[in-house]
Amino acid sequence: MPAEGKTIENADLLKAFQERIDRDEKIEPKDWMPDAYRQTLIRQISQHAHSEVIGMLPEGNWIPRAPSLRRKAALIAKVQDEAGHGLYLYSAAETLGIDRETLYQQLLAGKAKYSSIFNYPTLTWADIGAVGWLVDGAAIMNQVMLTRTSYGPYARAMVRICKEESFHQRQGYEILLTLVRGSEEQKAMAQDALDRWWWPSLMMFGPNDAESVHSAQSMAWRIKRKSNDELRQQFVDATVPQAEVLGLQIPDADLKWNEDRGHYDFGEIDWNEFWSVVHGNGPCNRERMAAYQDAHANGAWVREAAMAYAEKRQMRKNETTGKIDLQVA
Amino acid sequence: MKNNWPIWEVFIRSKNGLSHKHVGSLHAADAEMAIENARDVYTRRSEGISIWVVESKNITASSPADAAALFEPAADKIYRHPTFYILPDEVKHM
Amino acid sequence: MQSSLSPNHALFEFALFMGDNGLICGHRLSEWTGHGPALEQDIAITNISLDLIGQATSWLNLAGEVEGKGRSADDLAYFRSDRQYRNFLLTEQPNGDWAMTIVRQFLFDCFHFEMLQALLNSQDERVVAIAAKSIKEVVYHLRYNSEWMIRLGDGTVESHRRMQRALKEQWRFLGELYEDQELDQVLAESGISVLPSSLKQAAFSRMRGVLKEATLKEPAAVTDFKGSGRKGIHSEHLGHLLAVMQSVQRAYPGQEW
Ligand SMILES: [Fe+2]
Ligand SMILES: [Fe+2]
Repeated sequence: MPAEGKTIENADLLKAFQERIDRDEKIEPKDWMPDAYRQTLIRQISQHAHSEVIGMLPEGNWIPRAPSLRRKAALIAKVQDEAGHGLYLYSAAETLGIDRETLYQQLLAGKAKYSSIFNYPTLTWADIGAVGWLVDGAAIMNQVMLTRTSYGPYARAMVRICKEESFHQRQGYEILLTLVRGSEEQKAMAQDALDRWWWPSLMMFGPNDAESVHSAQSMAWRIKRKSNDELRQQFVDATVPQAEVLGLQIPDADLKWNEDRGHYDFGEIDWNEFWSVVHGNGPCNRERMAAYQDAHANGAWVREAAMAYAEKRQMRKNETTGKIDLQVA
Repeated sequence: MKNNWPIWEVFIRSKNGLSHKHVGSLHAADAEMAIENARDVYTRRSEGISIWVVESKNITASSPADAAALFEPAADKIYRHPTFYILPDEVKHM
Repeated sequence: MQSSLSPNHALFEFALFMGDNGLICGHRLSEWTGHGPALEQDIAITNISLDLIGQATSWLNLAGEVEGKGRSADDLAYFRSDRQYRNFLLTEQPNGDWAMTIVRQFLFDCFHFEMLQALLNSQDERVVAIAAKSIKEVVYHLRYNSEWMIRLGDGTVESHRRMQRALKEQWRFLGELYEDQELDQVLAESGISVLPSSLKQAAFSRMRGVLKEATLKEPAAVTDFKGSGRKGIHSEHLGHLLAVMQSVQRAYPGQEW
């Protein structure tokens, strides 16, 4: 009997939950939610958080070489924002009952993913322009959608992130604008960056809808509100005119305006490349993971010392106030 | 794990005259570090002039299961709202 | 001693000196971006880096203005060699571990704070303006780094050991900070700045207070250490730092970026 009772209750809860979602109510941390919803969110939010943090590395690669003081400050501030984004997202994931350290460990163990785009190398200064324009541009498409996601803390993190993102893409675009107005060498540098970053940027939206494993359920739960292909199309439509302003060629012979659809048609993505990078064989997968691992390992003694000092100080305070700390752990 | 810093909730007053508002959370070893981290994480664009931090474990939250008992009884007490009282049009601004 | 330096040239040199310290420290701290011991600290140290780079820009702009040859802050940052850089040896030392960075910054902050405080009374309004803006930032740097000095000094056995090692490593660079140069005499006489030696007592008493709270031992004074960043005699580290920092500008000179 109890087992059956539980099933009925679950069915009722599930139904009530889906009704809340359908009414566009936000789900908050202490609300009842199906375990699969919780697990999906943890997976997606942590993957997003890891991407923000790993994403600091390719751009950080050019902070020491930024070619003017203004560019240097802007790039530092930009990459710093990405650390903040990682932090907001890890915090959102933590409201689901998992801690940041566990999420780190999942990534370090290779059990969690991050956006594959960050496994490509930044080779010239123009890459910093292309990353800001295309990679942040693609991320923004996704993030604007996620400001309306059904899980409250995730949506709120996204609102904050989107506010900060607005300068990132402009920062990148302005770099390219300066280059295309410069010398022949600079123009070539800009074109080369676009050539290398265009396709990986389109891959950022993930597999085609037909191939996408988690999409349907995520849409039903309103975690996602647009499909991979919809977002990708939206990105292409927004980006092509921007490339024209720059006077740069998008490296796609099939790219052309389709009057009937009211959208740009574009060529087929090389999905072999996509999957091989996802599976760890991109140009920089190992380097990114090694850097992440090093930062975490090298920081361990610092985090431990700070904790030890905080506990010592609390104890001293208690001694002087005569308060007894009941939390002897 | 010994080196995990606890979570703190951060509240920011964006300008005098407004109350502190919850903006997010972060990790810090102690309250002083939490204030500084909050300053660096949440006020980089002049979002605040005053910060409160509370270690998350010290916050007691009401349970969603109690929501009906806690909040629904207020719903039919419409006489608490000014629109409940009908005044002639000649009386403006009351 | 009659100096051959004009007050104007002395001010140029002084602005370079202040700017270079900020730029090199800011550059070093920016190297932590993405590699900090916790995300919160990554963001914090980057904020300090941005403060210092901002200050450096103001000082280098002033240097260019005083020089009157139309050189911008960028020209001065990107087209001088290490022999023309005026920063302290201390500021160019590699980040090492978190202890090494915190100690380096703390030792610099103690000087920086006292110097800026003194500059609030400068006869040159431009100097006062930069100092007034900078000092608010540096008060925070000093607070942040002092807290980390104490936290790590009085943290675990391991953190204490690392801090003591870092302190010993960096202490030898301290002499230069409070040593008066010919240029300082000119600056002091014209009321632009003060003698660095006059800042020493206050700076050391602050340093010692923090060391005590941090349960760290003050290393023995190193008095015969040679090298002077202010005269352009640097450690080997600066050349590498500049080679990286200036690489794009040097490879494609005369372009807008
Ligand atoms: Fe981001
Ligand atoms: Fe971004």
